[in-house]
Amino acid sequence: MKKFGERVPQSFFLVVALSAFSILALITVFIFIEGVPIIAKVGFFNFVFGMKWAPSQGYYGIFPMIVGSLSVTLGAVIIGVPVAICCSIFLAEFAPVKLRNLIRPAIQLLGGIPSVVYGFWGLIFIVPAIRNYLGGPGLSILAGSIILAIMILPTVISIAEVSMLALPPLLKEGAFALGATHWQTIRSVLLPSARSGILAGIILGVGRAVGETMAVIMVLGNAVALPTSILDPARTLTTNIGIEMGYASGEHQQALFATGIVLLVIIMILNAGAQYAVRRK
Amino acid sequence: MKRIMRLKFKNIISIVCVFTLLLSVLLSSACRPKNSESIILAGSTSVQPFAEILAEQFMALHPEINIDVQGGGSAAGILAANSSTADIGMSSRALNTDESKTLIAVEIARDGLAVIVHPSNPIVNLTLAQVSAIYSGEITSWDALGDAMKKKIHVVTREDGSGTRSAFESLVMGKVAIMPQAIVQDSNGAVRQLVADDPAAIGFISLGLVDLTVKAIELDGIQATREHVIDGSYRLTRPFLFLTRTQPEGTAKLFIDFTLSTEGRRILNNEGLITMGDVPQK
Amino acid sequence: MVIWSAATLVIVLLLSIIFYILSKGLPTITWQFLTEIPSDMGRSGGILSSIVGTLLVTAVAIVIATPLGVGTAFYLTEYTHESNITKIIRFSAESLAGIPSIVYGLFGFIFFVIYLHLGWSVLSGGLTMGVMILPTIIRTTEEAVRAVPPMYREVSFSLGGTKWQTMLKVLIPSALPGISTGVILGIGRCVAETAAVILTAGSALRMPTSLFSPTRTMAVHFYILAREGISMERAYGTAALLIILILVINIVANILVNRFVAKGR
Repeated sequence: MKKFGERVPQSFFLVVALSAFSILALITVFIFIEGVPIIAKVGFFNFVFGMKWAPSQGYYGIFPMIVGSLSVTLGAVIIGVPVAICCSIFLAEFAPVKLRNLIRPAIQLLGGIPSVVYGFWGLIFIVPAIRNYLGGPGLSILAGSIILAIMILPTVISIAEVSMLALPPLLKEGAFALGATHWQTIRSVLLPSARSGILAGIILGVGRAVGETMAVIMVLGNAVALPTSILDPARTLTTNIGIEMGYASGEHQQALFATGIVLLVIIMILNAGAQYAVRRK
Repeated sequence: MKRIMRLKFKNIISIVCVFTLLLSVLLSSACRPKNSESIILAGSTSVQPFAEILAEQFMALHPEINIDVQGGGSAAGILAANSSTADIGMSSRALNTDESKTLIAVEIARDGLAVIVHPSNPIVNLTLAQVSAIYSGEITSWDALGDAMKKKIHVVTREDGSGTRSAFESLVMGKVAIMPQAIVQDSNGAVRQLVADDPAAIGFISLGLVDLTVKAIELDGIQATREHVIDGSYRLTRPFLFLTRTQPEGTAKLFIDFTLSTEGRRILNNEGLITMGDVPQK
Repeated sequence: MVIWSAATLVIVLLLSIIFYILSKGLPTITWQFLTEIPSDMGRSGGILSSIVGTLLVTAVAIVIATPLGVGTAFYLTEYTHESNITKIIRFSAESLAGIPSIVYGLFGFIFFVIYLHLGWSVLSGGLTMGVMILPTIIRTTEEAVRAVPPMYREVSFSLGGTKWQTMLKVLIPSALPGISTGVILGIGRCVAETAAVILTAGSALRMPTSLFSPTRTMAVHFYILAREGISMERAYGTAALLIILILVINIVANILVNRFVAKGR
């Protein structure tokens, strides 16, 4: 029994939705159309597992970049996640409400700061410290991991904190009634219950770390070779695109789009993982 | 429900107003036809600062003309000139045969290429062969060069599309490739900053950009100075080029003519470049 | 006790980053700094052209992304039934929202700047940013609309309202905090973005005079000043201004959310 007055807004929204879809589809299609031919030409395994990236000589192997992205992200998670969980426990369970209301906006602010500022800060403080105390040029996977850890802290902290605050108070009260201490309650009851939310937050943080470009260009050193230690300079999938896209043409450009495809696939896997983690509750 | 209804009218109206305002502001600025009196230069990050200074002076003389200068690297400049994304492309290296087929190049100045190290580095002189060996990875430690510093050499280079890097490769490396472990930075300034901070680093930048934070080493016994570039004894030099797809005409021609004029050459000389029929610095 | 000290240490560290930038940059922010255009490659003068450029690019992005995003979200929630297709669409929107911004930059550079001959311009930059924040706005709007209690809808229908009237009078006001949050998140992302902007809006220092002018946004200006070592003073000043801008955006977002949430109750 749809009145005519209903059809107009519905068609309007349909048009809007279709426009949005076509734009987003355009991007996806564009990336694939540009990227797939070079993967086909070079061969999937040669592209993804090839060790040599030298476009001027026709080598398009992105494995060093994959290793770079993976190690930097892994490092960020190893450094950042425990710290973030500690902070969120502190905020959710121990901080007085006034302090929490002061700190939360500060963390929100930190999450919005441009990555170039973090990269610059890292260049001034972290890189020289690594160079002077640990050796190597300082521009390294370690520097990248530390900076990325700092950058994903706001994301993980806020989501983990929200997850913990969203737990039914009954859980905590029940544990106290059984005689558990505060810390025991946190460890055995609250953390496991908030696990799926915390995991989703971590995956979101990982997504941000994988996608980061500018800060990483500034502190990672961008060497094309496969890194052999965390003190070695390296290049990630994103920085590879960022450095070379201004002047790449022909096959080189297609290879950058192909790198974009790889990134898209990685994000989709992460998203699927996040949805699975949330659903497992 | 009443509260929500009142909220709705005020807010919907105000949101629509804001949008209409934004839209009209944007549309009105878009409706101005694209200024035919404006040109874009794009390309080499080495040439960019000088182009910007020239553009500033030129625009002071011709207030109705707009000049925009964009970076990206020499290869990006060649690409932009070829695709007409830029009116004039900037390059800090000579064109190869393929590129010369599609582009017209005007040399606006010459620039020296300095190999730099940290000021505390005791090395004063290197041969071209040694520099090449360092960059290819043959020589990996400073003490192999007869130096007390027992440190691994941190090799710094520019990105692939950089004209500075291409010039360095053709003048120093020849057919040998720069090692893939070399650190890559995306501008002269970044290379200089890195070498200024790291006692074990070596890099190459525009001669004009060498300052007190780094030390330019002598090559084959010749000091890296402007005079030596002019008299030809210092061999690491490269041309700064303005590239156009067709014979320059209109505003582009005006600007290029200005760059080649006495005034333009004086500006470039003041900044440390070398121009045709060298005008002595003021 | 360990938690206390670890947490405070970390938070102090994070805040020290902000304080460091602000302490070095705030002295540079004078009235001249804000109202003069840069000269001598940015060694002197202010950053007015960058401020204007940032605002223009962000404005273009919001004008494009908000109507499209909100409209699409409404269509998805109100006019379609929950099915496998909507699940796929939602998953795609999530994935596209997560794509690294550099990929959007690459697309924008090849498509808007070169292919459509828009050149390096506010328009190219704004369109690229708009497309980048579109999935996020779709997602946050959809979540906000879904969060409206079904009771509101039922009451409106039982009072004889059509779908359109319900949407206008009930859903939009209730979902407004969520929608605004999404839009403001998008604004924040536009202001902070560098990699995608530098190759679509360009890096020209001149004051942009139309949508087709190239421009250098503040984040890009900071990057160039800091990297090339042109003027560390102005670099810090630009960074400090960016931090203040982000702070203002966050405060506005919080005010909006609190005001609507309080009233809606």
